[in-house]
Amino acid sequence: MKFAVVVFPGSNGDHDAYHAVRHVLGQDAVFVWHKDTSLQGADAVILPGGFAHGDYLRTGAIARFSPIMREVNRFAEGGGPVLGICNGFQVLLEAGLLPGAMLRNRNVRFQCEHVVVKIEHTDTPFTVGCRQGQLLRMPIAHGDGNYYAEPDVVEGLEKSRRVIFRYATAAGAVTPEANPNGSVDNIAGLCSETRNVVGLMPHPERACELAVGSADGLVLLESVVKSVGQGACATAR
Amino acid sequence: MSVTDQVLQRHGLTREEYQRIIEALGREPTTTEVGIFSVMWSEHCSYKSSRVHLKTLPTTGKRVLQGPGENAGAVDIGDGLAAVFKIESHNHPSFIEPYQGAATGVGGIIRDIFTMGARPIALLNSLRFGPLREPLVRRTFAGVVAGIAGYGNSIGIPTVGGEIAFDESYTGNPLVNVFCLGIVKADEIIKGIASGAGNAVYYVGAKTGRDGIHGATMASAEFDEKSAEKRPAVQVGDPFMEKLLLEACLEVMKTEALVGIQDMGAAGLTCSTCEMGSRGGAGVEIDVSLVPQREMGMTPYEIMLSESQERMLLVVKKGREEEVEGIFEKWDLHAARIGQVTTDGRMRVKNQGAVVAEIPTESLTDGAPLYRRPMAEPAYLAEARQLSLASLGSPPPAPEVFHRLLASPGIASKRWVYRQYDHMVRTNTLVFPGMGAGVVRIKGTRRALALSVDGNSRFVYLDPCVGAQLAVAEAARNVACAGGQPIGATNCLNFGNPERPEIMWQFARAVAGIGEACRALDIPITGGNVSLYNETDGKAILPTPVIGVVGLIEDAASVVRRVFRSEGDLVVLLGETQGEFGGSEYLKVMHGLVRGVPPRLDLEREAALQRLLVRGVSDGLVRSAHDCAEGGLAVTLAECCFNTGFGADADIPAIDAGASEFGEMAALFSESASRVVVSIDPSRVGELRAFAAEAGVPLAIIGRVGGHRLRVAVAGRGVIDEPVADAERLWSDAIGSYFESQRAIA
Repeated sequence: MKFAVVVFPGSNGDHDAYHAVRHVLGQDAVFVWHKDTSLQGADAVILPGGFAHGDYLRTGAIARFSPIMREVNRFAEGGGPVLGICNGFQVLLEAGLLPGAMLRNRNVRFQCEHVVVKIEHTDTPFTVGCRQGQLLRMPIAHGDGNYYAEPDVVEGLEKSRRVIFRYATAAGAVTPEANPNGSVDNIAGLCSETRNVVGLMPHPERACELAVGSADGLVLLESVVKSVGQGACATAR
Repeated sequence: MSVTDQVLQRHGLTREEYQRIIEALGREPTTTEVGIFSVMWSEHCSYKSSRVHLKTLPTTGKRVLQGPGENAGAVDIGDGLAAVFKIESHNHPSFIEPYQGAATGVGGIIRDIFTMGARPIALLNSLRFGPLREPLVRRTFAGVVAGIAGYGNSIGIPTVGGEIAFDESYTGNPLVNVFCLGIVKADEIIKGIASGAGNAVYYVGAKTGRDGIHGATMASAEFDEKSAEKRPAVQVGDPFMEKLLLEACLEVMKTEALVGIQDMGAAGLTCSTCEMGSRGGAGVEIDVSLVPQREMGMTPYEIMLSESQERMLLVVKKGREEEVEGIFEKWDLHAARIGQVTTDGRMRVKNQGAVVAEIPTESLTDGAPLYRRPMAEPAYLAEARQLSLASLGSPPPAPEVFHRLLASPGIASKRWVYRQYDHMVRTNTLVFPGMGAGVVRIKGTRRALALSVDGNSRFVYLDPCVGAQLAVAEAARNVACAGGQPIGATNCLNFGNPERPEIMWQFARAVAGIGEACRALDIPITGGNVSLYNETDGKAILPTPVIGVVGLIEDAASVVRRVFRSEGDLVVLLGETQGEFGGSEYLKVMHGLVRGVPPRLDLEREAALQRLLVRGVSDGLVRSAHDCAEGGLAVTLAECCFNTGFGADADIPAIDAGASEFGEMAALFSESASRVVVSIDPSRVGELRAFAAEAGVPLAIIGRVGGHRLRVAVAGRGVIDEPVADAERLWSDAIGSYFESQRAIA
């Protein structure tokens, strides 16, 4: 299976995603430059972390105009699995592929540390290999990860079971103390209506090997391999 | 042109130096030339006061691929790879504008590393501030940390470690020293050379503005109450531009179309032009009207002296120009051809074809003035070295001392700081900040590198030579604790005004100490940086040499951290405690004193200890290792427990401290050198004993890991007994409390 890792100017998680896919997961990965107009026949797309276009104006605000985003849109519309990690999640929000916006972290400082997230739903291509309620320890590294959406939007997300990841304590409790950045309802990540586009602030690609602190994130990448292998996600559910 | 004293003073040039300029040129200089000489002959660029001493440092060794003189040093790390690294200061700008000063310090050192063709993979920093109770210091501290985070995080290079210390002398003159390390194939190191007549000289990166003009001169002068007016001399960083430059330059370097490349740091276009020419034995001719400019109406003088950030100068092989331009275009960067390499050994600056400066490059670099400045032992020293414990009265209760030390910002957890640094990007970080030396793996190999920056300026103040040796020993010991064999070092020497004989004496003694220690421990110095004139209103900082050491770990899987790993493991002290309070955290925190003589250091015993550590860790015998430094054995034992949930039970020998009442205090808080606390599986104690005996390292089994309390007895008498969680809270919350609540500010 082939992953396309989109490289925006200012991406810095691109190498991490490539390494995780290629050398840990053992699947094929290609870098796709943001000015390119082809995803090179990839089966899944990763929008990596970083500071695309310097995050000037707003995080992800300029990246959504990159030529490759037309292809990413088309790929997503066709049911292809798209994962936005950190800055990639912010790009998905700006591009309108996912609802809501990011505010500065509650403490207005950049924050890098391991957090625990709880898997809320397993019917996305990136969580199909998880157990519902499973806890994953993964790092966050962001200054703007305070997820916000209007109350009716959040209500809609909850009703349609689109909140996929929530910050939780090590024991699995979703509490204000477990919320590192002030995100509404402890939301760490969500999926599109069609469930094939997933965005999250924590970095699964930086949690694929115990040597670097955690291997809990690997299951998200394994999930999409399984999902694509079964052809299950080619059509939206 | 008849030059006035005022003009000379503004350029930081003496009348004698001006005469030398006339001799070098054979005529009076133009205004642009005065500017060029002033920055190139500034202390910051020319090292005119320090060079005679720096020459005494050991800079060669079997692993050294590049010693001092290039943009950074390089050592062979096996597998056909080289580690390229250097440390640099950005002290003066960080006082004037903390965020941008620190940010551009990070940007500058990163450019030095990728200029060598290396991909930067790790940053560390060594910071000094005044006491956090001062509002101005808190502003500087928060600004510097945010600036380092803002730049390093954006560009995607992890900050994997560092150190921070506090002293009143840094209140008006904080220190920001940044270390960067990159990896390159050993045979693909690129140098800052201009050669090959007719080869094109390219400028790429940010446009040139009026920012930072005379930054190098500013960094070569003391501060006074008017320093805030120098704010325009601090540059503004753009990490996004630097990220583009980094990626584009590394891509260009792969094509082998480059002759040489250098970043424009201090003294900007001036420095890069003449240094590249000088190294290549060539001349360089540029036309400033071709330089991309951000502002209208800049003079050649301003363009040559601007220190705008994120700019590079490249010499491209003839016929390869289009290829190079194409790569920069891909990254939306415009490479502007501004001149060419010549054969006449001159730096010729034109403005729309008219020559505005023409200077032999040699006269700006190797021909810069060299001073053997007068030295004298400082008057304070004889008195400050006297320490009478008896005069301090009865020692306070041990638990009180223990708690105050744990909450002292110099010892307390720095999590508030490193949590703001992305320390995991690039997925190489095996040991996180706060867990010992920073360790990064080298992907594609089994190896890893351990990195540490250290320096205790109180020790240097009380004995510059021994203090500097202790800095080398500590940095190397920290690396060895992770299992790294020290293979190279870089130094950042922060001192006061070298025109004062007592400062020059401190400097010379410290350099001598570094040299001696590096020779004894077999660690070559491959480069570094000198920052002088660190004074405010005539008061110098504590002399602060900072040493960065790189250690090679053969098997990344064997690396260990500072923390205990298993219930039931034995706690072992390697090395011996003496009654040594000189320059200690104990004296500073409990009595407000910086007095006495620093701990003795036997370099042979230190080397033996480090060899033992590297062997013990790589054999899997040592399960955790933590250097015993500020706060002594009691604090070290506590830190071995913190972040683990484990407690420990220890009984340590009493020490004769001269004054009998202080025996217990000495056992707990003395800062004797060459000590490490390790933990081992009880079944392997015989092996460790044998190794230690062979190495001649004293070994004492002092306790056992277990429970949730920290119990420390001295010669059988219990003195500390409390839940680890309580001690840990004091240690964890101390720094954040200065920022999170008004209570602490009052």
